[in-house]
Amino acid sequence: MTRQPGTSGLIFNEPNVWDKSRDGRCAISLPRADVDRAPLDPALTGDAPDLPQLSELDVVRHYTRLSQWNFGVDSGMYPLGSCTMKYNPKTNEVQAARQGFAGAHPLAGEAFSQGTLRLMYELEQYLAEITGYAGVTLQPAAGAHGELAGMLIIHAYHAKQGRQRSKIIIPDTAHGTNPASATLCGYKSINLKSGPKGILEPDAVAAVMDEDTAGIMITNPNTLGLFEEHIKEICDIVHAKGGLVYGDGANMNAIMGVVKPGDAGIDVLHLNLHKTFSTPHGGGGPGSGPVAVTEALIPFLPVPRVEKELDTFKLVSDCPDTIGRMHTFYGHFGVMVKAYAYILSMGPRGLLDASRLAVLNANYIKDSLKDTLNLPYDRPCMHECVFNDARQKSYHITTMDMAKRLLDYGFHPPTVYFPLVVEGAFMVEPTETESKDDIDQFINAVKAIAKEAESAPEKLTRAPVLPKVTRLDEVSAARKPCLRG
Amino acid sequence: MKEIDDLNLPEDVKYTKDHEWANAEGDTVTIGINDYAQDQLGEIVFVELPEVGDTFSAEDEFGSVESVKAVSELYMPISGEIVAVNENLEDAPELVNEDCYQGGWIIKVKSSDNSEINELMDKAAYLEMLKG
Repeated sequence: MTRQPGTSGLIFNEPNVWDKSRDGRCAISLPRADVDRAPLDPALTGDAPDLPQLSELDVVRHYTRLSQWNFGVDSGMYPLGSCTMKYNPKTNEVQAARQGFAGAHPLAGEAFSQGTLRLMYELEQYLAEITGYAGVTLQPAAGAHGELAGMLIIHAYHAKQGRQRSKIIIPDTAHGTNPASATLCGYKSINLKSGPKGILEPDAVAAVMDEDTAGIMITNPNTLGLFEEHIKEICDIVHAKGGLVYGDGANMNAIMGVVKPGDAGIDVLHLNLHKTFSTPHGGGGPGSGPVAVTEALIPFLPVPRVEKELDTFKLVSDCPDTIGRMHTFYGHFGVMVKAYAYILSMGPRGLLDASRLAVLNANYIKDSLKDTLNLPYDRPCMHECVFNDARQKSYHITTMDMAKRLLDYGFHPPTVYFPLVVEGAFMVEPTETESKDDIDQFINAVKAIAKEAESAPEKLTRAPVLPKVTRLDEVSAARKPCLRG
Repeated sequence: MKEIDDLNLPEDVKYTKDHEWANAEGDTVTIGINDYAQDQLGEIVFVELPEVGDTFSAEDEFGSVESVKAVSELYMPISGEIVAVNENLEDAPELVNEDCYQGGWIIKVKSSDNSEINELMDKAAYLEMLKG
């Protein structure tokens, strides 16, 4: 197929559900009450919520129509850098919908929850094996929540050593949420510039690392999609001053089965099940941000912990040094089932191949497009590559214009204006799940857009023209947000 | 975006490497971001201001400006205590884009060391830095 996937077609206008509401319209027939009516204590009652009244068909059409305006990984390539928008195999959903999992209740008690506890225990073991750690918690509900859990563990570790520290080192190629997690623990962020090759220089770390610094937060591969080649040396420098190394594992999709962060000397690592382990995200489902730690940090993990005693699984909360709970109950269990299904479907060899193909695909795009878009760091990349709009500046075309135009061609835009170390960044992460044919089509689309930037720039500044909703007024949306339907 | 030669850079204020401007009247120094910074950021949608009474050292972060593209930290050109913040920016952050040296000022600081402002760049030195 040589035609671009983006085209126009019949879609439907659709009002807010409240506008479709009609008094008395209803989608269910409640069974006749088999108890007498009794008044509720007025203290327990209030105004009824303003719920729309709709038939089943109203509801189905509403959401089907909205979904037709949308762009998801099931409709097209979604090369959003730093987000790993890989395809989510449908078997994951099938497994999570099994009645034993879907119907599990967190208050059912251990005796009735052996299957769910076993899945959590085994998932922890698999993630520990993949990352090279001694212990894992599945409790954090998302990536940044995992970061916070990881930083609380580092904070608790220093408290236990008898002397709290006040600072944390954060490189400019780390994820944007890192300083927020550190600040919530009371640490002051010390920003560190990456070297000319886009990675950290050990000397720069040594210059700021002291005995008042709790440690460093490193994203590896970093947000330029580059592998931090001096990671071992940097860990040694931080450890020598009594600090700990936090690893942001959001980019783990580049190194599964190739590098174990635990072996490199990183003490705490969070994972995004919703990125690396193919569970839905970006509006498709809740996240899950497990945290893996070294043997020495296991006492600080959140409670309750799942433990195995003979053939029985149980929940243990008696851990005096724990940072406590990070979430009600045990985290997002449904997401865990999907990640577990993915790991078992792929096996060790499959996970290794996934990372290799993710890296190969990104390098293929980088090399195919580096004559079209400016490439600030022209080095072998990992799972993503970062271009910018320097060559299009003379036509007054920005990264935003090119990203919007990609929608007309049938591709989701890449990540734009991040990482901040690259001005006008255009950050592409194809993931392993795109075929070469689809990637070639994407490359051709970007090349065609770059030609339009020279010959017909108005096509870009007006873009997108095909989607139901065209160029949005993001400025008014941010300055004067309308938060009610 | 503007070419360097088209930037509005008044002669009577001082500049920092992070693209703030500072203008001293006695020991009260008015601070904002310059034309290059507002132009690079694009349309500004939110300005995070410090509290009156806060004290900062030179190069400390005192707030941030958020545009559609990115959030950028604001750094103190000099050390001192915040004596006023531009409350108009809470409802009208676009003032920073429209009039960055007058209506779009961000903070006023009581300087704790009057010599610090002399260490900042004048227009010529700042332009030289921009041109690299």
